[in-house]
Amino acid sequence: MPVFDKDGAQVWRLRTPREKLIRLGGWLIGLVIFAICWQRISEATTWFFVWDAPRIANDIWTRATPPRWEYITQLGRPIWDTLNIATLGTIIALFLAVPVAFLAARNTTPSKLFIRPIALLIIVSTRSINSLIWALLLIAIIGPGVFAGVVAIAIRSIGFCAKLLYEAIEEIDHAQVEAITATGASRWQVMAYGIVPQIMPAFAGVAVFRWDINIRESTVLGLVGAGGIGLQLSASLNVLAWPQVSLILLVILAAVVISEWVSAKVRGAII
Amino acid sequence: MLRLEKLTKTYKTGDKALQDIDLEVPSGQVLALIGPSGAGKSTLIRCINRLVEPTGGAVMLDGEDLTRLGSGALRRARREMGMIFQEYALVERLTVMENVLSGRLGYVGFWRSFLRRYPQKDVDEAFRLLDRVGLLHMADKRADELSGGQRQRVGICRALIQDPKLLLVDEPTASLDPKTSRQIMRLITELCRERGLAAIINIHDVLLAQMFVPRIVGLRFGEIVFDGPPEGLTPDKLTEIYGEEDWEATIEKVEDEEDIEAAE
Amino acid sequence: MSHRELDDMLGKGWRKPHFVKSPLLRWGLTLGFLAYLGAAYLTIEIDWGRVYAGLDRGWQFVLSFTRPDFISRAGDIWGGLLESIVMTVAASVVGIAISIPIGLGAARNVAPLPVYVICRGIVAVSRALQEIIVAILLVAIFGFGPLAGFLTLSFATIGFLSKLLAEDIEAMDKVQAEAIRASGARWMQWINYGVQPQVMPRLVGLSMYRIDINFRESAILGLVGAGGIGATLNTAFDRYEYDTAAAILILIIGIVMALEYLSGVIRARVQ
Repeated sequence: MPVFDKDGAQVWRLRTPREKLIRLGGWLIGLVIFAICWQRISEATTWFFVWDAPRIANDIWTRATPPRWEYITQLGRPIWDTLNIATLGTIIALFLAVPVAFLAARNTTPSKLFIRPIALLIIVSTRSINSLIWALLLIAIIGPGVFAGVVAIAIRSIGFCAKLLYEAIEEIDHAQVEAITATGASRWQVMAYGIVPQIMPAFAGVAVFRWDINIRESTVLGLVGAGGIGLQLSASLNVLAWPQVSLILLVILAAVVISEWVSAKVRGAII
Repeated sequence: MLRLEKLTKTYKTGDKALQDIDLEVPSGQVLALIGPSGAGKSTLIRCINRLVEPTGGAVMLDGEDLTRLGSGALRRARREMGMIFQEYALVERLTVMENVLSGRLGYVGFWRSFLRRYPQKDVDEAFRLLDRVGLLHMADKRADELSGGQRQRVGICRALIQDPKLLLVDEPTASLDPKTSRQIMRLITELCRERGLAAIINIHDVLLAQMFVPRIVGLRFGEIVFDGPPEGLTPDKLTEIYGEEDWEATIEKVEDEEDIEAAE
Repeated sequence: MSHRELDDMLGKGWRKPHFVKSPLLRWGLTLGFLAYLGAAYLTIEIDWGRVYAGLDRGWQFVLSFTRPDFISRAGDIWGGLLESIVMTVAASVVGIAISIPIGLGAARNVAPLPVYVICRGIVAVSRALQEIIVAILLVAIFGFGPLAGFLTLSFATIGFLSKLLAEDIEAMDKVQAEAIRASGARWMQWINYGVQPQVMPRLVGLSMYRIDINFRESAILGLVGAGGIGATLNTAFDRYEYDTAAAILILIIGIVMALEYLSGVIRARVQ
């Protein structure tokens, strides 16, 4: 907190001139970076289309309203598929995430030097890659369809679930584990009595939370051919059937809202 | 029955928590371990059942050196030693009954314990113990619904159902109010008498120790500086244990009290 | 009395009380869940022959991670990656800048009711629509290219950040804010002195997290023509060029890890 003498009066400033300069420089560099980024985006943009955008948006809106309500009879199966992709994917992911989490947590991993880094690598690599990319890959490997979607969602969710779970495992109360160990319990018994009860709430929370996210993600997996309602969306977009597109978007919106509501209710009941 | 021979523990940081401790506890004797925080009380009892690995010396239980046991034999040896903890260390999300029965884990196989199918005689014993400490009606409550004193009673049941020869008790009253503290100490010493158990009780409250326990061992900087009956604990001896003329030690003691308050 | 109770209980078995008390509901839920799993499994058509045939290709893909090919399509990879980064930076800057006023507006203890309703509405719409769907619509309106991607990410950032910021403001310490107001500060001064210092560390942390998410999302926007590395990746999969795909995935994972590390450092510094 510098205080200066200026014309015989004491002047207080929050920062010294040097600090001010550094801050100003930082802001300037940031601004330049942003300007460069914007410049590149602008170069890659056909501005004629952008100026035309309001008209096109208006055009799409008039075509898309009203939605083609009777199309909903054909959406039953895709919605069922979407639900299955999310639910089965979440279940498989949880089965795989639990061992990974135990291997990744500092206090339960068998080897900090070798196994923990591998578990962490699994977590970060499955988490960093979007489920759509996993779906693309799986379609190339096992062919298009609902199954590719299930596996894509499962792989993508492993890292997410395992990360939250291993953080929960690292935060457990060590005294409870010590107490069970002191009774002469075996390694697995210590796990079942000392650790598992403590992470059960976190596990249930993670499961429901991820299921909610997976419902969202599985609605769009069909865009790349991995089954679910996204398939209909993609087909309708290809033939520019805007009234169908708007109906599908409404259905997706409803699914997202309902799943969020269900997950909030279940989490409230468990915790 | 229990004999510690030159028991030593040096932590990785270089702290010498225990230095050449020699101590003999005959069958059925209850002794209190007193001393300032950081004197190594907690380390000492954890070295006995090897929750902390000692770095040197021997722990002889009925002629068997516990420090040389493999993991299977160590688990069998741990069944002989019931432990009671400072913050109760109950598994909070399990029921009272499960917590008590968890004391039998060393005796039943994994699947039996996992499916909660304990032998009837264990279940009966759990009921009897809960009745003895007055908590039978709480058997199916979850542990985190109980008060501090009730939780410590459950902790005592868990230790006793192991059918141990020796109780290791780590600051049983540290987070309890004065009245409950006395009740718990009375309960522990009574139960030891009923069952002829030996016990080592870590306790920072000298008055409580003098009131209930016939033999007191004073620990300071990892060394035994007093061993005798409560009457032998003169102010001089207390000064030797707690080092009250020593400024640094006095400051340390004040910090301890804050720690305990924080723990509550 | 209590001893009679004990005598009654001795010799009787003991079972852990069930989580769901009513047996009818318990069995109903279990059977219902099993029935659902069965139905879900039966409606997924899995072509095991195709899966089996694909295992070989899958293995090829795994192997390709040991020899990623950064060279053959170097131009496409760097171009796409740069575009992803540019979109991430620009969208994060704009998104964060806009979400601050909207976050203030969506906090009930700071904003008047009409402003609150409008801002909460914007947040709800932005959160309900997934990035990829917004991207499809924006590509249809603005044409192909990074502008659509930039707008998508900005829009998604607003929903994410404003909501969390608003929740943080609503949970802040009232006393500090009241003390500033009591000194006769204007609204802007009050926000600057009473509110900003309290929420700033969390805002920085959340912004870093959002930059991380934006980069990950920018990797898929290319699938629908909204710019970024996604298009290159899609082409690589289509041509079965797994070596190139592996190279791109490694780059994405590496950048995400670097960002996570950076955000960890920054969050540790502001808190």
